[in-house]
Amino acid sequence: MTATFFAIQALNGLQFGLILFLIAAGLTLVFGVMDFINLAHGVQYMVGAYLVAAFSAWTGSFGWGLLLALPTALAFGLLLEVLIFRHLYDRSHLDQVLATFGVILFLNQAVKFVWGAAPLSVPVPEILSGSVEIMDGLLYPVYRIAIIAAGLLVAALLYVLVSHTRVGMLVRAGATNAAMVSALGVNIRRLFMIVFGFGAMLAGFAGAMVAPILSVQPGMGDNILILAFVVIVIGGIGSIRGAFLAALLIGLVDTLGRSFAPNLLRLVLDPSAASQTGRAIAPMLIYIFMAAVLFFRPSGLFPAKR
Amino acid sequence: MTELTHIRSASVPSAAARIDLLPVLIFALFAAAPFLAPASGAEGYVLSLLTRVMIFGIAAMSLDLILGYGALVSFGHAAFFGIGAYSVGILASHGIEDALIQVPVALAASALFAAVTGAISLRTKGVYFIMITLAFAQMLYFLASSLAAYGGDDGLTLPSRSLVAGLSLLKNDFGLYGVTLACLLGVYILLRSVVNSRFGRVLRGTKENVTRMEAIGFQPFSFQLMAYVISGMIAGLAGCLLANQAEFVSPAFMTWQRSGELIFMVVLGGLGSLHGAIIGAAAYLLMEEFLPEILHAAGFFLNDEFRWRLTENWQMVFGPLLILTVLFARGGITGLLRRGHHG
Repeated sequence: MTATFFAIQALNGLQFGLILFLIAAGLTLVFGVMDFINLAHGVQYMVGAYLVAAFSAWTGSFGWGLLLALPTALAFGLLLEVLIFRHLYDRSHLDQVLATFGVILFLNQAVKFVWGAAPLSVPVPEILSGSVEIMDGLLYPVYRIAIIAAGLLVAALLYVLVSHTRVGMLVRAGATNAAMVSALGVNIRRLFMIVFGFGAMLAGFAGAMVAPILSVQPGMGDNILILAFVVIVIGGIGSIRGAFLAALLIGLVDTLGRSFAPNLLRLVLDPSAASQTGRAIAPMLIYIFMAAVLFFRPSGLFPAKR
Repeated sequence: MTELTHIRSASVPSAAARIDLLPVLIFALFAAAPFLAPASGAEGYVLSLLTRVMIFGIAAMSLDLILGYGALVSFGHAAFFGIGAYSVGILASHGIEDALIQVPVALAASALFAAVTGAISLRTKGVYFIMITLAFAQMLYFLASSLAAYGGDDGLTLPSRSLVAGLSLLKNDFGLYGVTLACLLGVYILLRSVVNSRFGRVLRGTKENVTRMEAIGFQPFSFQLMAYVISGMIAGLAGCLLANQAEFVSPAFMTWQRSGELIFMVVLGGLGSLHGAIIGAAAYLLMEEFLPEILHAAGFFLNDEFRWRLTENWQMVFGPLLILTVLFARGGITGLLRRGHHG
């Protein structure tokens, strides 16, 4: 029983970690290449979820919804880049934090304006509904397995793109030393637009994928954004590999912490105190983890070399 | 070139002298407000709005000490609001209602939290500093949300406002207003003397160039940490006042959005000028308060349903205003005023 429960929680943690990775990947590259703090990255996740909700309802199929949502999320990201973000690259981090904070306020309210404040629900696609037995007595929803598979697939694709293509090489070089890449004659702004649009699309994809298992609502990107920042800071800013490992770690620590902290504390405390303290500590775990990592390695686990 | 700078600097003293009138003007306005408020016909509302403005002014000034004078972008300053507010709330729910106990507890707790988290955060730089201060604030936020004994997510309603040495000085809104004004003035004078002291000059030096400060024999870390602790304690005081003003305490006091608002107030007012932080807080809160009505009035040509939706979703206008401020109003409101003086 406990082994099954543990396996389910571990899978949930893996799934959550992969979603975090999809969001953090774009964030860490944008930050690594342009030294740009984009707090509005979380709303791109929310926009992805809303787009898939709207397009699925319109076409009547989740697949078509997803197919339409991805290019729209990409276009939306590029629009934001052209309208607002490109005016902020030369500004201080402080200005970037504030202006993108303004974007969050606007978009959270804008989706409320368009779709209303009530959460939307997106049905799980027919072929991916139901559960399968992946080991003795362990039933796991097919859709969550699909998320894990999609996450791993995108991670692999991203790995190939970043480490085996010319654009990827430039992105890696840009994350390490943008000034040098620019001096070598690469149009760093255009490179950045590509990274930015791609990152926005990945975040949108993450939002679209979780739409059927979470409720789609205004502000849904805010907390996940903070987690994505925790991920890229732990992983080392600009490092895809670091973001991947940190995302999985955070996903597992958070999910397992929430389910097992009370049980573990029961070994040393009486049951009611244990469950109370456990519930208090669990959501703090990842932040404690982050503080500990930064205490020992102030620039993250895999810092991009500077 | 040298001649030009000479001329420029010669014109500065007069402008600076005129700028110095501004804090006097601000405090005069706050002092006069209770006597003018009855004329508005909504005395209670005006007083409570201005009390909030002053409370956020205190918090914004405290943030300005480390942000404006020390270039330390703390993205978790609302945590101290929470510490102050929960000190009042938790003690009050155990029957300890006197501010003479609550406030020192709040200050001590804030100082302790600032010392521990500051010592860890200051090991990092730049974005890492922003993120780690955010992480510590999130930790407290989640801690408060899970304190089931003190209301958890729903927060905690105070049994009553704090007593001061056994007197129910804060019970009526006038009393609270007066005490808040006294705190605002006290904090302003304190911070002003801090930034003008030798300590403050070293702190400003660390903002310009940390390595140089090290080279001339200062340890930037200890100065920055000290400033962080002072700043945290003052924000904790603001939290005590906020709890009394709202007569309610909740984790919502320390969301990261609130920390963002505090940064915005400081930047809006103009970095590195204490009265600017008060102006920034006032501008922000007044905008937040009146934007819905302004939008409602401005939308007279729209049909009713659309107009109502626009008013309801006023942040759709507020967000872009924020972005435009950042893009175009460099130096904030005090910066604009100063430029105005130069002609």
